[in-house]
Amino acid sequence: MILNITTTHKPATDLGYLLHKHPDKFQTLELSVGKAHVFYPEKSEEKTTISILLDIDPIDMVRGARNLGGDGFALGHYVNDRPYVASSFMSVALSKAFSSAMNGKCKDKPELVDVKLPFEVTIAVIPAPKGGEILIRKFFEPLGYKVELIRHQLDSKFPEWGDSKYFTLKLNHTITTKELLSHLYVLIPTLDNDKHYFVSENEIEKLLQKGEGWLKEHPEKEQIIRRYLINLNSLSRQALERLSEGEEIGDLSDELIEKTEKQKRKETLHDKRIKLVAEKITESGAERVLDLGCGEGKLIRQLIKQKQFSEIVGMDISYNELIKAKERLHFDEMSPKQKERINLFQGSLTYKDQRLEGFDAAAVVEVIEHLDLNRLKAFERVLFEFAKPKTVVLTTPNQEFNVMWDKLDAEEMRHDDHRFEWTRKEFLEWSNKIGKTYNYKVELFTIGDEVENIGAPSQMAIFTYGN
Amino acid sequence: MEIKVPELSLVVLIGVSGSGKSSFAKKHFKRTEILSSDECRALVSDDENSQSATNDAFDVLYYIAGKRLKSGLLTVIDATNVQKESRKGLIELGRTYNCLPVAIVLDLPEKVCEERNQSRPDRNFGGHVIRQQNQQLKKSIRGLKDEGFRQIYILKSLEEVDAVLEIKREKLYNDKKDETGPFDIIGDVHGCFDELQELLLKLGYSVNRTDETEKNFGFSVIAPENRKVIFVGDLVDRGPDSPSVLRLVMSMVNSGVAYCVPGNHDLKLQKYLNGKQVQLKHGLEVTVKQLETETAQFKSTVEKFLYGLISHYVFDNGKLVVAHAGLKEEMQGRGSGAVRSFCMYGETTGEIDEFGLPVRHNWAKEYRGKAKVVYGHTPVPEAEWLNKTIDIDTGCVFGGKLTALRYPEEELVSVKAKMVYCEPIRPINFNENQNILSSQQEYDDLLNIEDVTGKRIVQTRLRNNITIREENSIAALEIMSRFAINPKWLIYLPPTMSPCATSDIPEYLEHPAQALNYYKKRGVEKVVCEEKHMGSRAVLVICKDEETATKRFGVQNEGIGICYTRTGRNFFNDAEIEKEFIGRVNQCLTKTVFWEKFNTDWVCLDAELMPWSAKAQALLKDQYAAVGAAAGGALPEVEQALQLAFDRGIKDALPSLEKFAVKNNAISKYIKAYQNYCWTVDTIDDYKLAPFHILATEGQVHVDKTNEWHMENIAEICAGDTKLFTATPYKIVNLNDQTSYNEAVNWWMELTKKGGEGMVVKPYDFISIGTEGLLQPAVKCRGSEYLRIIYGPEYDLPENIERLKNRGLSRKQSLAIREFALGVEGLERFVKKEPLRRIHESVFGVLALESEDVDPRL
Repeated sequence: MILNITTTHKPATDLGYLLHKHPDKFQTLELSVGKAHVFYPEKSEEKTTISILLDIDPIDMVRGARNLGGDGFALGHYVNDRPYVASSFMSVALSKAFSSAMNGKCKDKPELVDVKLPFEVTIAVIPAPKGGEILIRKFFEPLGYKVELIRHQLDSKFPEWGDSKYFTLKLNHTITTKELLSHLYVLIPTLDNDKHYFVSENEIEKLLQKGEGWLKEHPEKEQIIRRYLINLNSLSRQALERLSEGEEIGDLSDELIEKTEKQKRKETLHDKRIKLVAEKITESGAERVLDLGCGEGKLIRQLIKQKQFSEIVGMDISYNELIKAKERLHFDEMSPKQKERINLFQGSLTYKDQRLEGFDAAAVVEVIEHLDLNRLKAFERVLFEFAKPKTVVLTTPNQEFNVMWDKLDAEEMRHDDHRFEWTRKEFLEWSNKIGKTYNYKVELFTIGDEVENIGAPSQMAIFTYGN
Repeated sequence: MEIKVPELSLVVLIGVSGSGKSSFAKKHFKRTEILSSDECRALVSDDENSQSATNDAFDVLYYIAGKRLKSGLLTVIDATNVQKESRKGLIELGRTYNCLPVAIVLDLPEKVCEERNQSRPDRNFGGHVIRQQNQQLKKSIRGLKDEGFRQIYILKSLEEVDAVLEIKREKLYNDKKDETGPFDIIGDVHGCFDELQELLLKLGYSVNRTDETEKNFGFSVIAPENRKVIFVGDLVDRGPDSPSVLRLVMSMVNSGVAYCVPGNHDLKLQKYLNGKQVQLKHGLEVTVKQLETETAQFKSTVEKFLYGLISHYVFDNGKLVVAHAGLKEEMQGRGSGAVRSFCMYGETTGEIDEFGLPVRHNWAKEYRGKAKVVYGHTPVPEAEWLNKTIDIDTGCVFGGKLTALRYPEEELVSVKAKMVYCEPIRPINFNENQNILSSQQEYDDLLNIEDVTGKRIVQTRLRNNITIREENSIAALEIMSRFAINPKWLIYLPPTMSPCATSDIPEYLEHPAQALNYYKKRGVEKVVCEEKHMGSRAVLVICKDEETATKRFGVQNEGIGICYTRTGRNFFNDAEIEKEFIGRVNQCLTKTVFWEKFNTDWVCLDAELMPWSAKAQALLKDQYAAVGAAAGGALPEVEQALQLAFDRGIKDALPSLEKFAVKNNAISKYIKAYQNYCWTVDTIDDYKLAPFHILATEGQVHVDKTNEWHMENIAEICAGDTKLFTATPYKIVNLNDQTSYNEAVNWWMELTKKGGEGMVVKPYDFISIGTEGLLQPAVKCRGSEYLRIIYGPEYDLPENIERLKNRGLSRKQSLAIREFALGVEGLERFVKKEPLRRIHESVFGVLALESEDVDPRL
């Protein structure tokens, strides 16, 4: 909510000229949801500080708040951190208060524009969820800033709740005023995932303009752009949020979070898995296939290329994922002939469903571990007793392999939404039980590189009906 | 001339163009009953004479006719229908929907028709058309009966047409909707006369032998209290004394003490007696032998009796259907060969099993009808309900028992077979009753997706139809599938609760006066004010023991109960803690002799479970504490900067300095407000459980009690374990007594001053009906400090509260009532032991409604 810029340039009072703000005035600017005050807490030849203080009207902000998306709980739109943090509101305030300085203009002392000045910037507070500290450093340090961070505790009465995602950020650098302001303008909103106004085409223009001269060379360029142009949440997502009781719904797909090594590894593994599953489905000779838990349709995109498949049905519990799948498949632009081959619908693997009957093969890729163990029986009956495809290709993680991944505690699962992860033995036993109960022949495979005594990262079973 | 048609029939008018079919139809039938080919032509082509539109027009006509017949509505086809081919399709249509086809032929002189056509400018086709049609008509008339028309009326002149004053609609023979019972429905007797007599005795009938007269056949039977027997058929074959069974049943039917529907064995015997070639096997040979000594006259009477039996009956305003082998919903109350055959043999797949018997398709598994269906035909070890159907053939002749179902009591009464009279071809395991789950529970093991997706309309007792929109079903399906507990446990979800209207006192957003006035204005005299706890809503289903969990809920190996949230998630993430918690509640109920007092093995409790921080950890950390932390990190920096500027002589900084001091104060109040509801939980004793409704126990949904009853009975439970349980303080308030009213207001003041969430005001009667219908089951009134965490730390600043007061409650209130009705419906259905899908439908509905877009601050 407050951003202080201090310089020790001699004379430090030049800051007033550079920023076009009189050091002895208290100035107020109107913002869409409140005000910003600009004033100087200290002014001397040695050291001058200018503050930009956001005075957000929390009630005004709520109006139209539903369009903001936001994360998690529906009530979050009403009681939230926006009034206290430096977010995109701060960027707007900066550009409004210091527009000429940002454009590299200084009427009274134009010679100062290109001078690199020693600056210290303090921002209280910056929200930076999920690996925030690393992110802040990754964004500012390549630009030459010295970064200092103070993390705030969540609640002093309940120290066991741990730290909050809020930091007081101190930056030091010797740099031109224009550079400083454009860095702050672009990077502040990228640190948290919220944005207070709609992201539009206009936004891209602004980013390119403000990032001129430095963004292209920034090693984290892609991430900065992606986070700046944050995704908009769909309406259905909001309906879900209202049911979430404040608990995270947990996107089943890649989130807009920093990609860690772990995730990158997961992605390559997933590609391997999809490839193998597609091969096995093809080998089975199937023509009409089901992708149960199709997500955004990665496997479907593989299958659709092959003439062998006359009908490809994708089902997922998440309506959002299906919308994504449709987009990624360019479903709406498909020719009628192509559309005929594809059918996507919402469904649940714990409800009996006639639409799933009569298929040659079904892929169930990384799905069962998202079901509570006591619901697994329902899934088994839905798939193997009633839908009864001739071939089922099913994959699930190998729990034993988790030790190979650092940062994953022995007890921890690979995904927040995993309800269980099986060892090879557990999977084998379950598969054999299925085979016996529902008259399927069982073959087991590994996915990914095998390690002695631990196995491969993922495991796959192929069930073939009848003996 | 009098024309009679069955109530549900497909009336086909036949006549050449100009014969006056349309006028005839208009005169005798409702406008909506008539489907005219000309009108359909107009609908699809804008020209009612367009011959090129004929095919499309008939598609439309058939489609609508199909929909009407499916719904059981008489339908009249107004088209020439002079060709056999065109009638064939209609006969087929009638068959598909098991409706009787009736032909009314207008066979008027050609001249009359021609004249009529000439007078109509749009009918400019030549006389040859009429002539041709007329030839086809004449050719048709004789064959109509063979084509399948059940009734045929031919009107040969204008006079005859005019002489038809009225077309009378006749009830079908199977329509006994006026007969409401009570009944004793008896399963397959198969000649087991002794057992039948014994069963009748047990049911309270007195059976006396008398001399045979024309009316009776040697028996006079007196029924207890207007009861009547219904036999599901298969009176004869295999057993020791089919002739006596026939005598008794015929006596009873003739004297009006009994109804009887025919079984396949009865039908076969009738054929045999009628002289048809039938194979003497499957027990018929036994009956034939027993009949050898009977007179020809008796045999002929039996033949006539059996021939006259109606395939099935619909009783009690359509709520009860009796047929020998059962009957699908779409066939009930209809008449056709297919219906008769279904009633007799049920549905078979055409396959033959290893015993050489036809493989039966279990239609009852798919039954979704409203009527209860009682049937026999297939011997089973025990009569069991499945989807509102019950097979009561418990194989007496095979050594099982003879069973009667008392209706509407739904009590089963049986007598054991005296011996095995016949060995079944397909073995029946009479000791098979070690099945852990009932047929219904086994069937309910899986729910069907069709029962929850799309736009849904749920009928509820409290508030008729409630519509669930598709987008809400979509959201609910995801939440239900990914997060909810086993649906067998999930018999109830609590409704949302509306706050009271906004206060007109400047400094209050909510004040108890509005909560009390909500009820006062609607004619409620007494309310119950309960302290509102700030924890998390929890629904508890607790069984006396694991056996009850299996027997009553069909849940196996999941403990003796569950505690779940308002969206159906497991309250506890840790199975051990859950087990301990459930165990404690169970022990407390046992200790306070709850099971005995309520004569139940299970209970469903509605409660608040504290602390808030126990379940809402994520919410607190990510939301409430986070806001506090952000403000706590930023505000000191702000104050410092402003102070420095002010000290430097910048006087304009003063208003901001003051304003941010207020903000700082507000945030510390806010932090205190949420901290109030948080404490660390180390053991079960750190939880506080405050139940406020005893929702249901075996056989009862306690919505017919008063809220005071709930509080009193809950207080008794709470006394059993004061460490875990918290009895909710409450006050009974007489709204017409100012002192009482003021006390309630003051009590709220006290509670909220101490940081309490506020109070809930409920009408004295759990369900209260006011001038505008069903009233809110509860209205909450929240304290000023509590509202800080809902509306924001600075919500009570004058400029803020004024704006916040502009809030609308109607959507929230409507939602609360709809969810309430659905919630109660789920419980009622569970208590009435309806199939799980019916309970799930209600619960799913509540969840779906919860995803509606309503201001979450309310």
